[in-house]
Amino acid sequence: MSRLSYREGMRQALREALAGDPRVFLMGEDVGRYGGTYAVTKGLLEEFGPERVRDAPLSELGFVGAGVGAALGGMRPIVEVMTVNFSLLALDQIVNNAALYHHMSGGQFSVPLVIRMATGAGRQVGAQHSHSFENWYASIPGIKVLAPGTVEDARDMLAPALADPDPVVIFEHAQLYNVEADVPNARNADIGSAAVRREGKMVSLITYGGSLPKTLQAASELAQEGIDAEVVDLRVLRPLDTATVLASVRKCRRAVVVDETWRTGSLAAEIVARIAEEAFYDLDAPPVRVCTEEVPIPYAKHLEEAALPQPAKIVAAVKAALGR
Amino acid sequence: MIEFKLPSLGADMEEGKLLEWKVKPGEVVKRGQVVAVVDTSKAAVDVEIWQDGTMFEQVVSIGETVPVGTVLATLLAPGETPEQAALQKREAPPPRAAPKDVTAPAGMAAVAAPPVTTLAAQRKPVSPAARKRARELNLDVDKIAGTGPHGAVTVEDVEKAGARPVPPPADRHAEMRKAIAAAMSRSKREIPHYYLSETIPMQRAAEWLARENEKRSVTERILMGALQLKAVALALAKAPELNGFWRDGTFQSATGVHIGVAISIRQGGLIAPAIHEVDKKSLAELMRALSDLVSRARAGSLRSSEMSDPTITVTNLGEQGVEAVFGVIYPPQVALIGFGRLETRPWSENGQLLALPLITATLSADHRASDGIRGARFLAELRERLQHPEEL
Repeated sequence: MSRLSYREGMRQALREALAGDPRVFLMGEDVGRYGGTYAVTKGLLEEFGPERVRDAPLSELGFVGAGVGAALGGMRPIVEVMTVNFSLLALDQIVNNAALYHHMSGGQFSVPLVIRMATGAGRQVGAQHSHSFENWYASIPGIKVLAPGTVEDARDMLAPALADPDPVVIFEHAQLYNVEADVPNARNADIGSAAVRREGKMVSLITYGGSLPKTLQAASELAQEGIDAEVVDLRVLRPLDTATVLASVRKCRRAVVVDETWRTGSLAAEIVARIAEEAFYDLDAPPVRVCTEEVPIPYAKHLEEAALPQPAKIVAAVKAALGR
Repeated sequence: MIEFKLPSLGADMEEGKLLEWKVKPGEVVKRGQVVAVVDTSKAAVDVEIWQDGTMFEQVVSIGETVPVGTVLATLLAPGETPEQAALQKREAPPPRAAPKDVTAPAGMAAVAAPPVTTLAAQRKPVSPAARKRARELNLDVDKIAGTGPHGAVTVEDVEKAGARPVPPPADRHAEMRKAIAAAMSRSKREIPHYYLSETIPMQRAAEWLARENEKRSVTERILMGALQLKAVALALAKAPELNGFWRDGTFQSATGVHIGVAISIRQGGLIAPAIHEVDKKSLAELMRALSDLVSRARAGSLRSSEMSDPTITVTNLGEQGVEAVFGVIYPPQVALIGFGRLETRPWSENGQLLALPLITATLSADHRASDGIRGARFLAELRERLQHPEEL
């Protein structure tokens, strides 16, 4: 066991990747001299030098494209995009190039690229830095999408992502970086399945990433009122581990999906659709979504808090699903 | 639109628990048909309806306990369409409170499931899992009360209903004791009883009955009890103020003679359901009605009209060996006839001392409704009737 923060876990994974494979290099805005916008890559420039920890200009389309090219050329690039909001500039490289090469080349080329990006709101940094578009990426065939919601996953998901022959996008919720936890020394190389983070039997709470701690908190509050909630952490947003979700829903017969993306077209909508398609006859109440209000994320603290999923909203949604 | 309300099945009944619907929405019902089974504190009673119609909406769900007078269901009158009934329903105040409104707390509107506005009116909400479970348990979900979101029936509701296949409450005995206590206390508190007794020679009746029964098979034999009931019914023609009810400070005479027969329940307690139109039934009919009533009372399957209709009560404690019984009137009735043991005792007739089969008949009557002289005339008439058994 060791005590780590989410940030330290991620940094440890990056250091091990750099040390373990000469093909691995980091690239992104402020990853080198500044040490990373969220200080994840702090000290790595000094340790591994500017060839392997490369500061990029403010040009997402350019440096993500360079990452795709490097991967095609046999490297194992780890590209950091400062926030998912800025990744929209690089969307063409990710969606039309990285995700498609394997298909377009008839299997001749793979793109073993890892793209890390921060996501999510809650830090009063304004709408253009606070959105969540994980659901967009999770809808694209050809890439894998990971959302580590725990310190252990922050440390452990990078290595199997690098080992994957296809592009992998890792979403790190910016509010998780300071979360600390005791993590086992053994590594978990699973980037295929969801995890039950809390066992329960009355309602299945399905969530991922930055909403996981809020959902666990809601589950604790519900337990004090005698409501035994199960919490499923999706972990992998593409391909979705539907089996674990359905098993939980079939057990609890009620589902509340917590997702920081906007409600319309959200990942929560996809989860609810799969539940309705495959577990309809096991449901004891309509599935419920707790998502972000459909507004640009406000700057003002109280408005920002009101716009996002919060433990109190999750508790209320669970009670509604239980008819209480 | 016809409202089918929970009837009072006796002075001691304040509420009833719906155990079963005997007809489904859409089915045609005839006057006198049993449409529901309701548990009172005394028994599970088959409740009849007194109008023709078509079952429309069952308002009360299985397992619900509701006060007397509650609308259990609405029916379409002959010729009425569901649209007309729905219209009438909108105009009329709702028959009872709608199921608990499940709205999310303020601020939750965009987060929780969208409100279901049209669901309840069209179709009973039943969760898919509950429907599946009900099928497994062979239960009708339409008869199960829902506690889930929007009042939906959940798996838990189904399993609760399944775990309770119309059981009589465990404390049935205590409930019945409570009901008897309430009715008898009310009787002694409100009714100024007077008591009369008369010893009746029964030789002619006994001999006639023995001859009659020789002609009958064992199952068709007539008991003295049936003879007594018929004699009471005919004698009441001479004393109509004993047959009826004291209500709202005045006596209301009954249109028929529906005699409540006191039947002791083996587990303890007492019930006095009616045999209808006793004065118009032959002895054979009366005997069949009596056997049927006793077995159904003990099995707990009486009809609502039998519970609510008695106009006078007859109790017979002769089999228990007492000489006479002075009963307590069952309100709002105004009289109770008691018969003691039939036995051979000394009797003087025409200056001769004879050993004759005798029985002591008693009358407990409400002095508000009748006076002793009317009671005496009734007992005299009863004695005369029993001297002419062939006319009964």
